[in-house]
Amino acid sequence: MKSETGILKEGRGMVRGVHLSRKRRKSVESFLWGGGVIFLVLAVWEICSNTGVINPMFSSSPSRIARTGLALIRDGSLWVHIKASGTIFILGYLMAIAAGIPLGVLMGWFKKAGLAFGPLVAACYTTPRIALMPLFIIWFGLGMGSKLALVFLSAVFPLIINMQTAVSNLDKDLVKVAAAYGATQRQVFFTIALPESIPYLMMGLRLATGRALLGIVGAEVFGGSEGLGYLIQYAGATFQTDKVFVCVLVIAAAGIFMDRGLYRLNKRFDGWRSRED
Amino acid sequence: MSQAVHPLERSGTASAIPKLSVNNLEIIFENPATGLRTEAVKGVNLDIRQGEFVSIVGLSGCGKTTFLNAIAGLVKPSAGSIKLDGKSVEGPGPDRTVVFQKPSLLPWRNVLSNVIYGLELRGVRKDEARERAAKYIKMVHLNGFEKHLPHQLSGGMQQRVNITRALVCEPEVLLLDEPFAALDAITRESMQNELLSLWENTGKTVLMVTHQIDEAVLLSDRVIVFSARPASILEEISIRLPRPRTPELRDNPRFDYLAKRIWELIHSTAEKKVNPEYEI
Repeated sequence: MKSETGILKEGRGMVRGVHLSRKRRKSVESFLWGGGVIFLVLAVWEICSNTGVINPMFSSSPSRIARTGLALIRDGSLWVHIKASGTIFILGYLMAIAAGIPLGVLMGWFKKAGLAFGPLVAACYTTPRIALMPLFIIWFGLGMGSKLALVFLSAVFPLIINMQTAVSNLDKDLVKVAAAYGATQRQVFFTIALPESIPYLMMGLRLATGRALLGIVGAEVFGGSEGLGYLIQYAGATFQTDKVFVCVLVIAAAGIFMDRGLYRLNKRFDGWRSRED
Repeated sequence: MSQAVHPLERSGTASAIPKLSVNNLEIIFENPATGLRTEAVKGVNLDIRQGEFVSIVGLSGCGKTTFLNAIAGLVKPSAGSIKLDGKSVEGPGPDRTVVFQKPSLLPWRNVLSNVIYGLELRGVRKDEARERAAKYIKMVHLNGFEKHLPHQLSGGMQQRVNITRALVCEPEVLLLDEPFAALDAITRESMQNELLSLWENTGKTVLMVTHQIDEAVLLSDRVIVFSARPASILEEISIRLPRPRTPELRDNPRFDYLAKRIWELIHSTAEKKVNPEYEI
């Protein structure tokens, strides 16, 4: 026994060591390639713009975008729009979490609830939410209400569907073990269904982030007087392409930041999954 | 049913009431979609005494696991009765625990929390559960691994956690469903020895399903040979080999004789055509 466990421990350490250093080398390599291509594209863009091959009025250029970005930060106007968008985004996202997770769990756990609400959820999920925006404006006005509704509806369905999938597809062997030890339904729910659905939850949150970003920008483009979507729409209509690019960059950065954050969080919760998977 | 065999008079205090008593057990599955009925178990009578180690062998798919699941309370009998200490078995209960072939550990729980999972479900207080777990973890040489997660353990160690999870509940009857089938030969052998010493230390009543004939002979007081589906008892064979059993027993000519006998019995049933499903 002793020798068996000894070998096991040593073996793992070695495997992990090799794994890590290879991973580090890989990340350096991907940084060089990925960064190189981005740099090349930016350089070509800048040169074409400066030499007049393309009209900077339509296409802007990296240096112009940087300058505009700095100016918008300095006069504080960018922050105003970020705050406006961010507030609605966060509120809508939290509402989607508060409604989507319990609803999805309910639909996964109670087969009848799944049967009853499944088709409705599927129909809503496949409908482009932005198409409903005129209705939301009629119902909730041009202010925060209609935008909140769109963000909420954009984010809620990935959460519902992921939670339903997680809770209705439990590991049958684990459920059998629980049953053999006389577990009640409640115990199966809390000791197996909930922990098993955490990776699905994290995936749902990541999907919901993307959808909610899409929702907030779409809602603000539609109407209103502040927010990044509004700024994009306004700047675009007045040929301020630099400003459009600044806003797009801010939105992209926010998306990447949140996605990576949730990915990291998932890794932490997911430590029990074997590294081989 | 052949009554020629007598269980080993090991404990000396042979009580008249068997620990586990199965009478005329019949299990029929009905597929609700097709209406096809499958007879899995038919007319099984079996008495197991306190502290006895009984194995069930038979062709794969013959219904021996279904039989074990019925005793565990996971499958409802269609007819007949199962009694434990004279009380009818109506579902899973604290007097029985099952060890399945797959370790089926909760992957997000470490070894210690996996071991106390059964106790936790039965409402045993956390500190008491931990105390009891510590004793058994030591017994199966898993001490030092309490904080490890299942994926950090070898297959043999995972199965050891699975068995410990069942033992710590201190059931009246321990049910084993091909517990070592998924292990490599060397690990399997060491686990068999461990199970033997655990059984000798705890004096539990054990019912094990296996398709390894030598395993059944090595461990058991009695081997029940099941027929092809629907499972019924073909023969009961008393294993009158000295205890404590050691792996060297495999060199004993009597061991060979018994193993061969069981092998022939199982193969005599294999000749018959086995239909997976048929209408009654």
